[in-house]
Amino acid sequence: MAYKTIIGLEIHTELMTKTKMFCSCTNAFGGEANTHCCPVCIGLPGALPVINKTAIEYAIRAGIALNCKINTHTRMDRKNYFYSDLVKGYQISQDDIPLCEGGHIEIETEEGTKKVHLERIHIEEDTGKQTHTTEGDTLIDYNRAGVPLIEIVTKPEMNTPEEARQFLENLRSTLKYIEVSDCKMEEGSLRCDVNINIVDSETGNKTNITEIKNLNSFRGAVKAMEYEEKRHIELLQKGENTVKETRRWDEVKGETISMRAKGTVADYRYAPDGDFAEIVLEDSWVDEIKNNLPELPHHKKERFIKDYDLSEYDAGVLTASKDLATFFEETIKYIDDSKLVSNWIMGDVLRRLKDEEIEIQDTKLTPKSLGDLIKIVKDGKINNNTGKKVLKEIFDTGKEPETIIKEQELVQISDEGALKEIVSKVLDENEQSIIDYKNGKDRAIGFLVGQIMKASKGKANPQMVNKMLIEMINER
Amino acid sequence: MITREQVEHMANLAKLKFSEEEIDGFTHKFSEVLSYVEKLNEVNTEGVEPAYGVNNHIQVLREDVVQEGLSREEVLQNIKENQYGYFKLLKIVE
Amino acid sequence: MDITKLSAFEMRKKISKKEISSKELVTAHFNRIEEVEKNINAFITLNKEEALKTAEKVDEKIKNGEQIGLLAGLPIGVKDNIVTKDLRTTCGSKMLENFIPPYDATVVTRIKEADGIIMGKTNMDEFAMGSSTETSYFGPTKNPIDTERVPGGSSGGSAAAVKSGEVALALGTDTGGSIRQPASYCDVVGIKPSYGIVSRYGAVSMANTLDQVGVFGRDVRDAVFMLSAITGYDKKDSTSFNNPEGTIIFGSFPEEIDYKDYLKGMKIGLPREFTYEGMDPRINEEITKSIKMFESLGAEIEEISLPHIEYGLAAYYIISTSEISSNLARFDGVKYGYRAKEYNTLDELYINSRTEAFGEEVKRRIMLGTYSLSRGYADDHYKKALKVRTLIKNDFDKAFSKYDIILSPTCPVLPFKLGEKVNDPLAMYMGDLFTVPVNLAGLCSMSIPCGYVEGLPVGLQIIGNRLKEANIIKAGLGFEGGVKNGL
Repeated sequence: MAYKTIIGLEIHTELMTKTKMFCSCTNAFGGEANTHCCPVCIGLPGALPVINKTAIEYAIRAGIALNCKINTHTRMDRKNYFYSDLVKGYQISQDDIPLCEGGHIEIETEEGTKKVHLERIHIEEDTGKQTHTTEGDTLIDYNRAGVPLIEIVTKPEMNTPEEARQFLENLRSTLKYIEVSDCKMEEGSLRCDVNINIVDSETGNKTNITEIKNLNSFRGAVKAMEYEEKRHIELLQKGENTVKETRRWDEVKGETISMRAKGTVADYRYAPDGDFAEIVLEDSWVDEIKNNLPELPHHKKERFIKDYDLSEYDAGVLTASKDLATFFEETIKYIDDSKLVSNWIMGDVLRRLKDEEIEIQDTKLTPKSLGDLIKIVKDGKINNNTGKKVLKEIFDTGKEPETIIKEQELVQISDEGALKEIVSKVLDENEQSIIDYKNGKDRAIGFLVGQIMKASKGKANPQMVNKMLIEMINER
Repeated sequence: MITREQVEHMANLAKLKFSEEEIDGFTHKFSEVLSYVEKLNEVNTEGVEPAYGVNNHIQVLREDVVQEGLSREEVLQNIKENQYGYFKLLKIVE
Repeated sequence: MDITKLSAFEMRKKISKKEISSKELVTAHFNRIEEVEKNINAFITLNKEEALKTAEKVDEKIKNGEQIGLLAGLPIGVKDNIVTKDLRTTCGSKMLENFIPPYDATVVTRIKEADGIIMGKTNMDEFAMGSSTETSYFGPTKNPIDTERVPGGSSGGSAAAVKSGEVALALGTDTGGSIRQPASYCDVVGIKPSYGIVSRYGAVSMANTLDQVGVFGRDVRDAVFMLSAITGYDKKDSTSFNNPEGTIIFGSFPEEIDYKDYLKGMKIGLPREFTYEGMDPRINEEITKSIKMFESLGAEIEEISLPHIEYGLAAYYIISTSEISSNLARFDGVKYGYRAKEYNTLDELYINSRTEAFGEEVKRRIMLGTYSLSRGYADDHYKKALKVRTLIKNDFDKAFSKYDIILSPTCPVLPFKLGEKVNDPLAMYMGDLFTVPVNLAGLCSMSIPCGYVEGLPVGLQIIGNRLKEANIIKAGLGFEGGVKNGL
């Protein structure tokens, strides 16, 4: 391949604090328009900002989790520009001294593990939201104005859309693990802009960087990058170049559309915000945040391998989402068999989640109901296949496994007399199969077992059936 | 010295508009003030840290506790153009 | 007896002794306002109904023997760039002609808690940009001493209202001299406290690292009285001090002042840079006389040098306009304030609203500030000015390691005639020469009347170190005592 793709990301994440970045208004999502506002966050004349301690703590937590250096002497700056969702004519942000600097996230590539480095993480405030009416008017809601954000900027070190996707997945997983953001792209609590261009490795020719905005999902981001990759390469092949511009991803059309050319570079006139004193953070506080940091995904994975005797692959899958990992650990409190629980989750549970495109916490399955179910199966009260049916029923209704088993009379038949009766009846009805078996056609056994299960409505204990069937044929 | 083009660029950044004569007058007055402030170049500031503020105190961080803000009526009381509780801008071409 | 001529301190005593009621006092002042306001124009908005109601409540408290606040029943003027809940706050601008704040500034809350009576909102240069109160959208204020002359600015309305007996006390703001210069021009006492001593929450920012809310009174004691009611830490203002060692407690200055004791052994520096060629020699004469009085009362006076002071004005104009350009960006016609009728795009909404509603001086400073912060110039202009600011601050720090106070004229010129300088910004800026270094260094300073030249007042500036308000108050009380005793 003569072409090399260069991708850098800028991610904005809203922090899950109780109050906004610079005032005590609630940071709850939504709400009736303009009801989460005060003089500070609607920028009334005379109002002054005061920094939210928890927002700083969360940003430091993110910095530590992403291996950054924490700048304990920092300040807030103003980024000056006019826009109707921005209340003061400037955004309070950070310019030359971000709260966190450097850092990296590891991703897996065909060549092995790769570190994608971060430029910085800084804190800033979110803007309001606007909608347009059919009459062409603009309506503005400032509930979101002043919500704390961190902006994470990577170095341009990703070379495929897949690498960028992995970076985003890992980043989201980490931020959720450390409980600083819920990272819901659909609610805008995680937003991602992509910078992409192409280099011709042979000639050294480069395309101009395109910035892609309006990405509403990771899948959309990957598609947009793939689209741009192709567009850039085609232009290079024709001996042309891209325009340095911002494009937005149109999900419906499946293409990027030019928003504005970056002809004149914006002049934000950054300057320190004199409404704040210098921010000086105690080292002991940063250490405390570090020591109290919730377990990170890779640490959890290692612990799962060690403590629960799981394969690296299984541990990786189980710890990819914090909620799933917690579900796993909660489940083994009810059935002390980590391997069995892992098998159930990795198999039928995850299949169900994937089919419905939902997360574990959004289902009716609880650790207790899954644990109880596995225990029932392990104890031989119902067989594996019945167990799967019961699991489906739990997903559908949320009922306890015992209830389902009772209501549908699913208890396994392990009574020798009862089983003998069923087997005997099936053998009577299938003389030919006995002859086939005796003539060396092993397949006949499978058919007979199927008939026995059918006759028992699936409740027959399969191990006992297998044993009994051979004995009884031989007796005939 | 400052040029007309620079004055026009600043006006655009600051979202202000001036008539031709105003820009001329401006360019002139502006230059006068600027040549006065050029005086600062006489001062040797090598190794001097800029004073972003005058006091040495440290930023106090606020506890993350919700307090009641303004009512929606208060938020909107100073603008005539509002609808359904939103601030409203009339028919803006995007 | 005309009770509007009493000092605030005497009014307060008469109120607590029930010799006069607050309602009588407030009514007398509104009568006075009616009488003089057409010639002075010190107010943009009056608060008559609410003021009388509050006065009645205070009288009720006194009648019931309840505890009353420090400012109980006193008529107070509030500069119109300090927000007052449900009372129009214009900043002297067409931009905020109809702006009704939904909240109170911290200093206003403190006045209300101290049972003070807010009489109205005083006139000012538009957004506090000016030195004559002529840039007000609501017409200029006139100097009560000579109504053909300006009262100074930007807090000209407050100074004039105090001088003419429309109020007993008033609040102002001072970014580069906006309290001290009008105090000097109107022959009253004005104090600009150390940066961070008084909360800025609710004081509409002009240049937020220089702005400070301060006070006017007809004598030093009154001004201190007012100041002690509004100082103190405010958690809503991140730049306010939460360990103000120098906080003034009014009680620490005894009622029966032995003025002679205050100046004994006080070390005073006289910067040789605080005069310049072309400065009115008659002002210097008055200042020299005043200095002699300090000496005769036991102060030790030495000439000092503040080598970087001459760059103060240039640094001030870059720093203040840079901050102005950002602070005034919020006035865009979207959320409050003037909105242009004609616009087709968002940009046109901004441009037309701001262009139609801001006055010339405001636009001029926004433009200069935009330039100073813009790419390619920020290092040469803005950063350079901030470095010079450090040097100026260092000069003062050095001086104050040896001296208690520094003396200078408040203004290099006498009150000028209306219209005389409005079109000559640079000449107008020169008037701030002695006052701006104080803001650059965050110091406290007082302007106190010290003499007259052809019937026009001259102000003496007493500068103290950061948080050393006690020193300038002592100096002011001592000097004032000397003047009253005919020294």
